[in-house]
Amino acid sequence: MTNEELKTTITGLLADASFEEGGEFLTVNVEAGAWKIFASHLRYDESLQFDFLTFCTGIDWKTHLTMVYHLDSYTYHHNIVVKVKLDAAKPEVETVSDIWQTANFHEREVYELFGVNFLHHPDLRLLILEDGWEGRNPLRKDFEDPVNMIKL
Amino acid sequence: MYRTTEIISDGTKNPPLEGGEAGDFIINVGPQHPATHGVLHLVITLNGETIKKVEPHLGYIHRSIEKMCESLTYRQFIYVTSRMDYLSSHINNHACAMCVEKGMQIEVPARARVIRILMDELTRIASHELWLGAMAMDLGAFTPFFHTFREREMINEIMEDTCGARLTMNYMVPGGVMQDIHPDFQRKVKDFVKQFQRKIGEMDEIVTGNTIFQNRMKGVGIITREDAISFGCTGPVSRGSGVSSDTRKLFPYEGYENIEFDEVIETGCDSFARYMIRIREMQQSIRIIEQLIDNIPEGDFQAKTKAVLKLPKGDFFQRVETARGQFGVYIVSEGGTTPYRIKFRSPGFSNLSILDHIARGSKIGDLVAMMGTLDLVIPDIDR
Repeated sequence: MTNEELKTTITGLLADASFEEGGEFLTVNVEAGAWKIFASHLRYDESLQFDFLTFCTGIDWKTHLTMVYHLDSYTYHHNIVVKVKLDAAKPEVETVSDIWQTANFHEREVYELFGVNFLHHPDLRLLILEDGWEGRNPLRKDFEDPVNMIKL
Repeated sequence: MYRTTEIISDGTKNPPLEGGEAGDFIINVGPQHPATHGVLHLVITLNGETIKKVEPHLGYIHRSIEKMCESLTYRQFIYVTSRMDYLSSHINNHACAMCVEKGMQIEVPARARVIRILMDELTRIASHELWLGAMAMDLGAFTPFFHTFREREMINEIMEDTCGARLTMNYMVPGGVMQDIHPDFQRKVKDFVKQFQRKIGEMDEIVTGNTIFQNRMKGVGIITREDAISFGCTGPVSRGSGVSSDTRKLFPYEGYENIEFDEVIETGCDSFARYMIRIREMQQSIRIIEQLIDNIPEGDFQAKTKAVLKLPKGDFFQRVETARGQFGVYIVSEGGTTPYRIKFRSPGFSNLSILDHIARGSKIGDLVAMMGTLDLVIPDIDR
């Protein structure tokens, strides 16, 4: 599908979806509460079939966090970017690891580096960082490390 | 072959025996184990010789490259990326350079584009040669290692002449390449192509056609097409399961759309299919090199760029095909001289995540054959 057709289909699924203009990919902003159902539409709807999650990651904007999901479809070769805005104090979003299994590892990484709590994740614990890092999230902008140099 | 150490659970973070049953045996492979090719630590739950669970513990070589990049300028951060997938350093640099060029709308001269593709394909062959030697060694054959390293050495010498480095190249910069190719470059590449074509048959005799080798590979580590896509596998791992996933074909960049080469796809879904993919992919890379080596356009090797690079506000994503799969660079810019946030989508990270899924139910002796054909490079996974 072209980006225009995708836009029409997505507006039909999610009336209050807003689109970002100017980027290379079609970018849609979704509320955290609506993300899980929207994700399963993206994956399983016959005309969409976004079967490949390239990556997902977080961005710390100090006032809030954003989850970014890059999705491709091997069936139709179209792609989309979904952004989900999260609260900085209590970032929570439903997991999508049951829809795209690669999200299991990617969400664990975001959990330890940004402190985002993925609800109903099957195995949410530290992946890369060593024991005792819970609660300290290195990729947050306010993170300070008194021992190791992290800024130049 | 394995260090069999029982883990004493301290009951805090990862209680390894959780969900385990009486009679389960837990062993550690790594972090310092020759078959893990780096510092990967696997905690394996066994019942007899059958694998019940494989749990990767990462982070032994985590350098927080993404955080580091937030305080490096757009010229500096490329150098760090050579240290991720060090066997594909050219291709990593290439992705970053292209992402910056995309943001700043820099036009790369034709000469630089061809040099970049030549370097990428040489890197791919060198990486697959190393993989082939190491893979055969994992399965107990020591000889192929010397054969593949003989060819790889030729590539390393070519790189040394032109880039001044053998592993961490840092040759591609925003706007083109750092310096022009060495006067001997074309002659040496042609020598290498000749040598490679003469010797690739040797590998078939020693490894591919070997019954012992085939028995250890065939039917081992089955990845179905659906799993390969769902787990985010790319590169030879997914193409071995019949997924057409070559970024050079799906999202052509840098002029790959004008070059004749075939996307190599196998439908065996097992370790042997993934093995064959890499062997055949090397031949396709040779095909690309042969097309380009006599047709390097004259002209500048680097576009004129400003001394200080500033990306406009917004986010930029560029993906390339490394020897291991799809590598992506995602830059979020606030308009400054350094990225606000940078994310590297590394192929190894996603490819590793399927290991637990394919290893369950198979014998521990087959684990090395599975890990070998996933072609894991640990700094690429940990970043």
